[in-house]
Amino acid sequence: MSLENEGGLLIRGGPTRLQGPVQQRSLAQRLHIDPPLLFGLLLLSAIGLMVLHSASGQNAQLLFRQGVRLLIAFGVMLAVAQISPRQWCRWTPWFYGLSIALLLAVLAGGVMGKGAQRWLDLGVLRFQPSEILKLTVPMMLSAYLAERRLPPLTSRVFIAGGFIVLPAVLIFMQPDLGTALLVATSGVFVLFLAGMNWRLIAALGCCAAVLAPVSWFLLHDYQRQRIVSFLNPEQDPLGAGYHIIQSKIAIGSGGLYGKGWLNGTQAHLEFLPERSTDFIFAVLSEEFGLFGAFALFAVYLFITVRGLQLALESQDPYGRLLGGALVLTFFVYVVVNIGMVTGVLPVVGVPLPLVSYGGTSMVSLMAAFGILMSAHTHRRLLSEGRRR
Amino acid sequence: MSLSLPLKDLAGESTLFRNRVLVAGLGIALLTLALCVRLVYLQFVSHEHYQNLSHNNRINILPLAPTRGLIFDRNGVVLAQNAPTYSLEVVPEAVADMDTLLRELGEIVSIRKIDEQRFRKALKRKKSFHGVPLRFLLSESEVASFAVNRHRFPGVDIQARLSRDYPLGTLAAHLVGYVGRINEADVAKLDTVAYRGTSHIGKIGIERSYEALLHGSPGYQQVESNAAGRTLRVLERTPPRPGNDLYLHLDAPLQALAEQSLEGLRGAIVAIDPNTGGILALVSAPSYDPNLFVNGIEASRYRTLRDSPARPLFNRALDGQYPPGSTLKPFVALAALEGRLEQAGKKIFCPGWYQLSKEGRKYRDWKKSGHGHVSMTDALAQSCDVYFYEIARALGIQRMHDFLVPFGFGQKTGIDLPGEAAGLMPSPRWKRKARGKPWYPGETLITGIGQGFVLATPLQLALATASLAKMGERVVPRVAARSQRLEGDEETIIPVLQRSSIAMARKKNWQRVVHGMVQVAHGPRGTARGSGRGARYRMAGKTGTAQVFGIRQEEEYKEKDVAKHLRDHGLFIVFAPVKTPRIAIAVVVENGGSGSHSAAPIARRLLDQYLGQRVVPEKLASVESGAG
Repeated sequence: MSLENEGGLLIRGGPTRLQGPVQQRSLAQRLHIDPPLLFGLLLLSAIGLMVLHSASGQNAQLLFRQGVRLLIAFGVMLAVAQISPRQWCRWTPWFYGLSIALLLAVLAGGVMGKGAQRWLDLGVLRFQPSEILKLTVPMMLSAYLAERRLPPLTSRVFIAGGFIVLPAVLIFMQPDLGTALLVATSGVFVLFLAGMNWRLIAALGCCAAVLAPVSWFLLHDYQRQRIVSFLNPEQDPLGAGYHIIQSKIAIGSGGLYGKGWLNGTQAHLEFLPERSTDFIFAVLSEEFGLFGAFALFAVYLFITVRGLQLALESQDPYGRLLGGALVLTFFVYVVVNIGMVTGVLPVVGVPLPLVSYGGTSMVSLMAAFGILMSAHTHRRLLSEGRRR
Repeated sequence: MSLSLPLKDLAGESTLFRNRVLVAGLGIALLTLALCVRLVYLQFVSHEHYQNLSHNNRINILPLAPTRGLIFDRNGVVLAQNAPTYSLEVVPEAVADMDTLLRELGEIVSIRKIDEQRFRKALKRKKSFHGVPLRFLLSESEVASFAVNRHRFPGVDIQARLSRDYPLGTLAAHLVGYVGRINEADVAKLDTVAYRGTSHIGKIGIERSYEALLHGSPGYQQVESNAAGRTLRVLERTPPRPGNDLYLHLDAPLQALAEQSLEGLRGAIVAIDPNTGGILALVSAPSYDPNLFVNGIEASRYRTLRDSPARPLFNRALDGQYPPGSTLKPFVALAALEGRLEQAGKKIFCPGWYQLSKEGRKYRDWKKSGHGHVSMTDALAQSCDVYFYEIARALGIQRMHDFLVPFGFGQKTGIDLPGEAAGLMPSPRWKRKARGKPWYPGETLITGIGQGFVLATPLQLALATASLAKMGERVVPRVAARSQRLEGDEETIIPVLQRSSIAMARKKNWQRVVHGMVQVAHGPRGTARGSGRGARYRMAGKTGTAQVFGIRQEEEYKEKDVAKHLRDHGLFIVFAPVKTPRIAIAVVVENGGSGSHSAAPIARRLLDQYLGQRVVPEKLASVESGAG
């Protein structure tokens, strides 16, 4: 807190604040945008639209809707980047509280969607509050931990853990195991980046290993079904296991160079129902082969590495923690989705970021990159002020 | 406060963060490596294996659609069955020149423009090694002539499928409903695994409401097919489980007679068993042939049906809302007795009109000269309006509303058919909310004779009559009675749903109303005495004549002067036998004129048939002998 005052004073008191670097700042700086990261995201979106064109059976309407969603998502990113990390930090407890309230509202009277209570219907728009938690949980942890010196004391780690467990349990009750785990993961990443003790990490890891078999009994039938069919896909060839078999055949038959854009046969069989959403990676791998898949990987890695670099360069402890955790979460989405499609992880229904068809997750994802850009670009003002 | 805290170690925190990011980077690298290895394994090492699976010998898992359950009436008359039909399918991959093929095929079987359009559209969607249907419903001779020429057309084959068939055509079409091809809206609501391989789904009627029971669950077979999409051999087969057969409460001969009675008219008939709530007949006239919808109806034919002024697609029995007219009077009378109204015990003088105040508007009776001094029994038998104006005034709208709602007025009945309307039982609160206006006393009067805002569906009228017949016992109407998985299996009874009974303060009150209703049919001055004459059982009924358009104060309604579509609706409700009720019927004849002449005779014929004086209707007789 003392730091904030100091920094503020320095900027406010600096007599040359309005001269020099402020006027010379480029358009990207004034818009609080990081051009390399933006380039990576745009490239990824372009690849996504191209694959979606093929996966959807050249459905122009679907492609158009995805385009509109992308525009909205990039707009949100731009808007989020304009607000300084300090402001975000100040608002964080409110956001967190609000998102928890929304979760409770869903449990109380959510709309049934595909057998699980996840959607909240506000008349005009329907959305999944659990999606917001993917942002507000790491925000809350970052705000809480960045308040004091790091690494955090063990007691504070446990309080922070409470901030994770509460929403995770609520989402699990919806029931949505996949999202609950991902929300928890994003929170754990903050703890990890904040410098949580290695011994504590090891101890909690052991606990989790012991508790995992117990949690089996808490799962819903369809969730168990997914795990069973992951372990033995042949057992349920018409249901969940079918996706994995078809998906593996699609990827494997793609070979090194693929069958060419729009020429995939396997992935276009009507038997693969999620081909434009969760299983879109199978379409890409079939049509563009191993090299195509590697190219997509390269873009994801580029975005991840650039994102971590931005986090490293940030001076604001809140923005740094949050940005780093969000980038790691982004990467986890990629790994979980591709792992699922290639048959090494169970089917949990995680979309491939910016490529899969679908809306809500895309907006929260781009908001995360907006926060990262905000943390990075607002740093300049502070450090320049300090240099004087 | 901030000074007392230890200052943050900025440099240390940065280093810590850097270290953690490095560890994370290591994790990222490992995960990336693992996925890359997996991809290399799938796409490089095992490429040939998957290539084979995908290309040369496609092992397909083909769903086997279950056979849809049949629908029978209570005595086993088939209402819906599955008939084999033949369709012509083309595997595009095996065809060198599609245009030539279509031309040459066209010389053997008739291919209309509409078939070709649909086929070309489907071509774009399906993969080239899947059969695309070109013609449905081939005739026997077409099948034979194609079989002779089959060698000329590689990649073209005849497929035998089961298609839904309604052997009695228009009979009970509004109740049985029909199946149709699964469309995009259906897909959104479907369990896609259970419906893989199924092409049709119940769209309306029983076919829709019992879809889950009728459909069954799919089986599948693993087949090896060649590059042309032809199945080479079946590797493994799990048979589908057929859907359940459904037995209805419906009495097909009664239904046929009811439909015959409304031939050439517009209207509805609902017959219900008051003991079980089972629907014995449900007619909406005119009807339509559900077979037209099974494999897609032609646009022009559909337009004709949809735009016909008689609206054959509209289910009047469930969705048609009519002013109940005088058929509401027995319920109002019961309300008066149960409410211990002083007027209910006395005779009321009917001069032919009624006034709320000396200078007020004159509310007329249907009989211009008036009925003189009438008791409740007389008022019911002769359908005196003035008597009920006075009763309604004394009761007030709120009490009337509260008493009638439990009989089901203004509420959905909960029948196992989709799309029923709720009707309307008005109250001052409703009027303020819906119309934004206060309730006027005059509106209470006309509500008392079933006019004004009050609306009821034929189903509601039949159900209320059933409740009246059983002295306030209430059941939920049911179309389906029982289901059976396979012949010989145990039957599952679809339970009778009872609702809490309407408590009667005194049995005598109820007896008085029923007595009045008996006089309607059997009394010397009863409005339906013509229809009650000579019956071997006793019935309790009430005629009704509902105004379609308002007549001004001085004008007089003359049937001849009024255009047909503005003529009154004729209604009749009845139950019989009075002592042990077995059937309750509501008949509505749109623009049929008075209920005594249009609706009551129909009800009499149905009662005769159901209660033992059996008349075999022509339609069913021909079917029975034809199938025989």
